[in-house]
Amino acid sequence: MTTATEVINGSSAPAKLDYASDQEVRWCPGCGDYSILKQVETVLKEKGLPKEDIVFISGIGCSSRFPYYLDTFGMHSIHGRAPAIVSGLRAVRPDLSVWMITGDGDSLSIGGNHLIHLLRRNVDVNVLLFNNEIYGLTKGQYSPTSPEGAVTKSTPMGSVDHPFNPLALCKGADATFLARAMDRDPKQLRDVLLRADAHRGTSLVEIYQNCNVFNDGAFEVFTEKASKPFHTLFVEQGKPLVFANGTKGIKLDGMTPVIVDLADGTTSLNDLWVHDERDAFKASILVRLFEDPRHEGAMPRPFGVFYVADRPTVESRIIEQVELATTRKGAGDLDALLRGERTWTIG
Amino acid sequence: MFSRDGVTGITFHRTPARTFAALFHMETPTRTKTVEERRNVVILFAGDSGDGIQLTGTQFTDTNALFGNDVSTFPNFPAEIRAPQGTLAGVSGYQLHFGSTEIFTPGDLCDVLVVMNAAALKANLGKLKKGGIIIANSDGFDAKNLRLAGYIDQQDPLTDGTLANYTVHAVDVTKMTRNALAETTLGMKEKDRCKNMFVLGFINWMFSRSLENSERFLQEKFSKKPELLDANRRALLAGFNYGDTSETFTTRFDVRPAPLPKGTYRSITGNQGIALGLVAAAQKAGLDMFYGSYPITPASDILHELARHKNFGVKTFQAEDEIAAICSAIGASYGGALGVTASSGPGIALKGEAMGLAFMLEIPLVIVNVQRGGPSTGLPTKTEQADLWQAIHGRNGEAPIPVLAASSPTDCFEMAFEAVRIAVEHMTPVILLSDGYIANGAEPWRFPQASELHAITPPFATPRTNDEQEKFLPYKRDGKGVRPWAVPGMKGLQHRIGGIEKEDGTGNISYDPLNHEKMVRLRAEKVRKVVEGVPPLDLSNGVESGDLLILGWGSTYGAIKTAVNELCAEGQCVGHVHLRYLFPFRKELGELISRFKRVLIPEMNSGQLRQLIRAEFLVDAKGLNKIQGMPFTAAEIKAAALEHLKQ
Repeated sequence: MTTATEVINGSSAPAKLDYASDQEVRWCPGCGDYSILKQVETVLKEKGLPKEDIVFISGIGCSSRFPYYLDTFGMHSIHGRAPAIVSGLRAVRPDLSVWMITGDGDSLSIGGNHLIHLLRRNVDVNVLLFNNEIYGLTKGQYSPTSPEGAVTKSTPMGSVDHPFNPLALCKGADATFLARAMDRDPKQLRDVLLRADAHRGTSLVEIYQNCNVFNDGAFEVFTEKASKPFHTLFVEQGKPLVFANGTKGIKLDGMTPVIVDLADGTTSLNDLWVHDERDAFKASILVRLFEDPRHEGAMPRPFGVFYVADRPTVESRIIEQVELATTRKGAGDLDALLRGERTWTIG
Repeated sequence: MFSRDGVTGITFHRTPARTFAALFHMETPTRTKTVEERRNVVILFAGDSGDGIQLTGTQFTDTNALFGNDVSTFPNFPAEIRAPQGTLAGVSGYQLHFGSTEIFTPGDLCDVLVVMNAAALKANLGKLKKGGIIIANSDGFDAKNLRLAGYIDQQDPLTDGTLANYTVHAVDVTKMTRNALAETTLGMKEKDRCKNMFVLGFINWMFSRSLENSERFLQEKFSKKPELLDANRRALLAGFNYGDTSETFTTRFDVRPAPLPKGTYRSITGNQGIALGLVAAAQKAGLDMFYGSYPITPASDILHELARHKNFGVKTFQAEDEIAAICSAIGASYGGALGVTASSGPGIALKGEAMGLAFMLEIPLVIVNVQRGGPSTGLPTKTEQADLWQAIHGRNGEAPIPVLAASSPTDCFEMAFEAVRIAVEHMTPVILLSDGYIANGAEPWRFPQASELHAITPPFATPRTNDEQEKFLPYKRDGKGVRPWAVPGMKGLQHRIGGIEKEDGTGNISYDPLNHEKMVRLRAEKVRKVVEGVPPLDLSNGVESGDLLILGWGSTYGAIKTAVNELCAEGQCVGHVHLRYLFPFRKELGELISRFKRVLIPEMNSGQLRQLIRAEFLVDAKGLNKIQGMPFTAAEIKAAALEHLKQ
């Protein structure tokens, strides 16, 4: 059986490729997307894969213009359907490095169904979910991640919809890799992207991305120097959950996370919740740390790699079955197939 | 003349461990019975959907096909999987037309109606010829069954004289099956499940067929369940012997083999034909095949069939919905495989946007619509041809996609192959229309050798070498307007494509007004060129010019062909052209139409092809339209043709 791969030349990775395409980047000046694009380019350079072996698939939305700006293979598809396109591509091309670019509207609203099925099947793809809590390309309607009460063009009296907690949703769909990052912390973003790329299966990275035109400052409390230490929690494997410049920590009181003071001498680091990204139950609690930061005593918002699990990818299972069928029945004999099981001859 | 093929590897000549004669101490029948020869016979089996009617029907079809008859079948299912027993809603039917002549339809009216209960009789009596034979399971006409079937005051039609115009044989199938299985250890429920084998045995006797084929089928089906094998064989033989020994039946029938073209045949349904056509074409194109689909009646059997052929590099994917089904197929095509999706009308509606994407990307994709009654959920298990406009027009913007239609179960194979060829060689999505009637119907197929099938050539781009600096143009077209297929992994051919309008040549985003118009025209021109230089694949019959042209498409083929054969035999000047290319039309069609004084277009819709023909060729075509979820009979078409010939 000849496949497209067989007409492809073998190639080796040249040193330090430039992965930028010749297309002018057309996001609004100051958009958080620029920072994410830069970090992805950095990661691609670091990995050094041949450009032709990389594919970016996107849906519709501001973020989904992403593939045009990289000199790889790319498809800017239709609204919400990138996960389905990725699933088909992966089933026939397990050799490629595949990235999916999507936004909160694209993958949590119109494409919500496809996202959860992508996750349960565990297709090997790096999903970058740009969450700006607003519809940017359609000029400012609320999105499924906009907080209740959000005043937007379509909700002049405030949104009455309860928002999704994207990572809790993805955990519910049995994702095998869950992480959160932000456009304003490039180093942490880069580290998370590298981890996501190394994971075999669907790597879901939610990236807080500022839309400076329609929803400026949505994540300010997490990104601004003054508030960031007190409202964010950067988790590291095997390390206790500490924030507020080391003055506060989180411990588990049974199944309930509680904030403790590390400065008053009543609690030590040994009492704290130690991050274990392989613990599915702890991950379920971690993704639930999702309180409105404006509330008094709100839990900090966690960032980093929350959860990693090993589960075979669906494409590997599909291919296994093809191989098993071929072992059992031999490579397809077209004449035998056309003949079928029962024939009769006239003449 | 008739011989069996030993090549199949099936244990065709195997002698059963215990022969029937040994099992039952059977004597060779000595009673004399008349054998009446018939040119062809239409038999309809009907009963509760749990009665095993479809199995009885397919088994008897196989037996006749193996005997050398031409056959055509029409299974008719209720929408519910197990509708309440004994009700009209639960009646399942299987119609078989077999003959010693060529046959093109499952038959208009039946010669023989086999009914397992009162509801089956009530639902199907109108399909029986006057004077036809009714074989009724009398146990299915008890007070409860009569009430469920809605017979007023529970009047038993088998005894009240209302069937005086027919020959009625009431047989207590239930009781006799139980008696035949008295020695077995099966429970009553399991015994009763063998009733269909009793009926099959009896019908085999009635039509002078040997039990060898059915026996072999049971051997294979129950090879690991000796108890069930034994019981089913006993019931089968009991039915056969009942015909042989009962005084009631004095006449057997015989239908001699048909003079079909020489060759080796198999039986095939339309859905099997599509599945095999797709696999064969993918092989001939040297492509792996990816089939993304979401279960829907009556298309699901294509998925079931393809899932059995993974050793041909076929990957099947049961997607989360219809949209994901087509989008996954698009992803596979983008990756260099052959992407295929199939559905029925409601699912096709959901796929519309993605079809537009595939059209815009200009990548191969085959979309099969096994049509059913619409609109909305409509009549899921019934047939219709009402999605033609949807296929041709059902997308936003100007997105012309080639539309093909299969005319019979065997034609499903050819048109699926053709759909793949066009999709791959012309880098375009292609829609193939079938419908529930031919999808489930079966006919003999003189299958081709793999070596006889044409090669399909994907227009793969040439990967760059290191020295070459020339920039790759993903939308640079060849003489047919076709762009190169550049697949991820091809060195130096990185490019970005999408649903947004693209610049001619480079494929970069472009909002330039003149470029947009140019691209719309270029894409349409490419699709128009699909019909250039292809062999005349449309089917035709009858005269080449004359008084009346009957123009058809899709599953009406058999009924029109039968009607036109009869009309021509009666001296009428009638021609039949059957379109397999619905969009674009073949260029010579206009000239062909102009050779006839009148044009009649029979369709199982309100006149969708008729409107297209009138618009394209400015011809005053008349319609014959049937929208009943049921196929045309040849008689209906003949009557309409005669009516038009008078005008």
